Amino acid sequence: MIWKEILIRYGELSTKGRNKKDFINRLRDNIRHSFADLAPLKIRAERDRMFISAENEEKMAQLIERLPKVFGIQSFSPVAACGKDMDEIKALSLQVMDLFKDEEITFKVEVKRNDKEFPLESHAIQREIGAEVLRNYQNLTAKMKKPDVELRIEVRPDAVYIMAQVIQGAGGMPIGSNGKSLLMLSGGIDSPVAGYLMMKRGVRLEAIHFFSPPYTSENSLQKVMDLANELTKFGANIRLHVIPFTEVQVKIKEQVPENISMTTTRRMMMKIADLVRVDIDALAIITGESLGQVASQTLESLTAINDVTNTPILRPLIANDKLEIIDIAQKIGTYETSIQPYEDCCTIFTPSSPKTKPKLEKVEHYESYVDFDSLVERAVKNREVHIFPKKKEQIDKFADFL
Amino acid sequence: MIYLDNSATTKPHEEVIKTFLAVNDQYYANPSSIHEMGVESNELLSRAREQLGQLLNTKSEKEILFTSGGTESNNFAIFGIARANIHKGKHIITTEIEHPSILEAMKILEKEGFEVDYLSVNSDGIISLEQLESLVRKDTSLVSIMHVNNEMGAIQPIEQAGRIIHTNSRAAFHVDAVQSFGKLPIVFNEEAGPDLISISGHKIHAFKGAGILALRKPMKINPYLVGGGQEFGLRSGTVAVPQAVALAKAARLAVQSQNNQAKKYLQWQRELKEVLKAYTEEVLFLSTEKGAPHIFSFSVKGLKGEVLINALQKRGVIVSTSSACSSKQTKTSHVVEALQIDEAFKKGVIRISFGIHLTDADIEGAKHALQEVMKELKGELVR
Repeated sequence: MIWKEILIRYGELSTKGRNKKDFINRLRDNIRHSFADLAPLKIRAERDRMFISAENEEKMAQLIERLPKVFGIQSFSPVAACGKDMDEIKALSLQVMDLFKDEEITFKVEVKRNDKEFPLESHAIQREIGAEVLRNYQNLTAKMKKPDVELRIEVRPDAVYIMAQVIQGAGGMPIGSNGKSLLMLSGGIDSPVAGYLMMKRGVRLEAIHFFSPPYTSENSLQKVMDLANELTKFGANIRLHVIPFTEVQVKIKEQVPENISMTTTRRMMMKIADLVRVDIDALAIITGESLGQVASQTLESLTAINDVTNTPILRPLIANDKLEIIDIAQKIGTYETSIQPYEDCCTIFTPSSPKTKPKLEKVEHYESYVDFDSLVERAVKNREVHIFPKKKEQIDKFADFL
Repeated sequence: MIYLDNSATTKPHEEVIKTFLAVNDQYYANPSSIHEMGVESNELLSRAREQLGQLLNTKSEKEILFTSGGTESNNFAIFGIARANIHKGKHIITTEIEHPSILEAMKILEKEGFEVDYLSVNSDGIISLEQLESLVRKDTSLVSIMHVNNEMGAIQPIEQAGRIIHTNSRAAFHVDAVQSFGKLPIVFNEEAGPDLISISGHKIHAFKGAGILALRKPMKINPYLVGGGQEFGLRSGTVAVPQAVALAKAARLAVQSQNNQAKKYLQWQRELKEVLKAYTEEVLFLSTEKGAPHIFSFSVKGLKGEVLINALQKRGVIVSTSSACSSKQTKTSHVVEALQIDEAFKKGVIRISFGIHLTDADIEGAKHALQEVMKELKGELVR
């Protein structure tokens, strides 16, 4: 196509007066990071908007396709450019408006003439271009107040810039502008969605997963890695901490009565997560818990589990229905991975009738017979860390067959 | 033997056989199993799907459904779409010269109360877009048009037909590309062209017993086989992973080489035509310059096709009558009938079809044999 640059309108950062500069810098860095494969990019950041351009058409097309996933962008518009000549402006205006040729819409022409040397005045340009466009596109109607599309023409000293399309961005805040948190990633539907929602609020993620071989298979771990990888598509690296959890789980099964073993398991997970959080300098822990969804997610259970730490536990899904969560999961592309049928460590030792209202004192009483602290510390120490997205493409073992 | 019957079936490509054997050897586990080996098979299967999806430009890999071949893909498309979209209407459009796997399915649907209109073709075997436009209605739910005719190689204007169908109805547009895929470009695109495409493996140097039905995007279609819910619930039965992967490979090889092969085939067609030009009175060309490069079809006046086939066979050249499926039946093929050619030419239709294993020397041999046979038969012809 004809695009010369892309104009980006900031998300809600426009409202954050004092930290604005930081946020804009963060967004610029994130864009550079997300589109490292399209480098070199020219990025020019202004107070209220940002301009990006890549070196060729193909890369521009890639940018337009992928920008809607970057947080911190409210909307953006591809901008075309031509020489300061009325015939050229007319031709390019038609090309830009061609994008809307299949829709019955209203439009108007908006002209900014920064270059006062240009012979025609704004109104004259507006009239001529408006007439030209209307003549060529029967589906358009002129409308001055709230048209569907504004064809914007800016006559600047160096060239004339034209745009019409406004593409919706992902909104939210640039990742990293709200610090770092640790996501408890189980492999189910909820936790990736929780991670996504916090990323949208500008939180940088690391993830933790509890792995209990041989009760859970390599496949279930692969599934979690795939999910972590999916989440990196929203513009940041993610480190995944895999905790060897078998020893702890077996001990719980031996020592704690079955109906509260689930509560204890969760408490141990939380303890481990909190230790990892300290280690990686994160500020909070994120979970995909949704109130009342399962026995471990009643207020009583949450109280008993939460008791092991003072760290803020962020539960962005706490008030969401399962269907709402599934909806988001499908939208962000994690659903299909989440529903693969592999056991995770939470489902494998599930007692037949877990207490929905566990008593904290009782739980603490049973736990006191075991030295869980050393088990927990060992689990943290022996964790494996994986970084996503994977740096090098794995060797393609199927290439020969295909 | 010089094998010139590649539209009936082809000899599998060496590379494709290698793939098939290796996959059978290493990835024989059921792709639906949850153990590691099953997961690996499934991964490989997805990759095959992905590759075919890219070659056809589907929305995602999920729109590639593996079947047992062209007939199943065609049956699947016709029954699956028609029966699942009764809310849109019960009107179907197809052509007179479709493969029997389309026409016979239509007959069954007619018995079920569907109304089917058949587009006629001109002497070049091409449909009329005006007729199509006049037949498309609001309640048309399916249009099925073959891309390249298997008996004489006519190419239908798929893009223009697609535009007419999509602007005038909500119908799904199915294209039987069994004879065209890997020979001519055929892909999904947004505004014009097909919604469903049938492809057969053994026509592109893969194996008998494998095909695909590809959808442009997810759409309403009834399952073809029910059971364990394989192929996204649309076609149950353990998926033949080695077949699928072999087909994906053959498809890639075919598409990659299609331009170069087409040039060769066109040249060969011209050369063979040159040999027959000496017999202007006695020979009628059914294939035209605008037809598919790999199919060359002609008829000899007053002669039974069989006679010519036997005479060429004696000289080591294998050709066929108009189509392998119908060649054992004695009645004239429906395609030949639809072309409305002179009665004297109806029985003597011969089809020569090219494939990747042929060389220039083979064609020289075929030309020589053809020349001899024509000379020999000349007495009979003038009689």
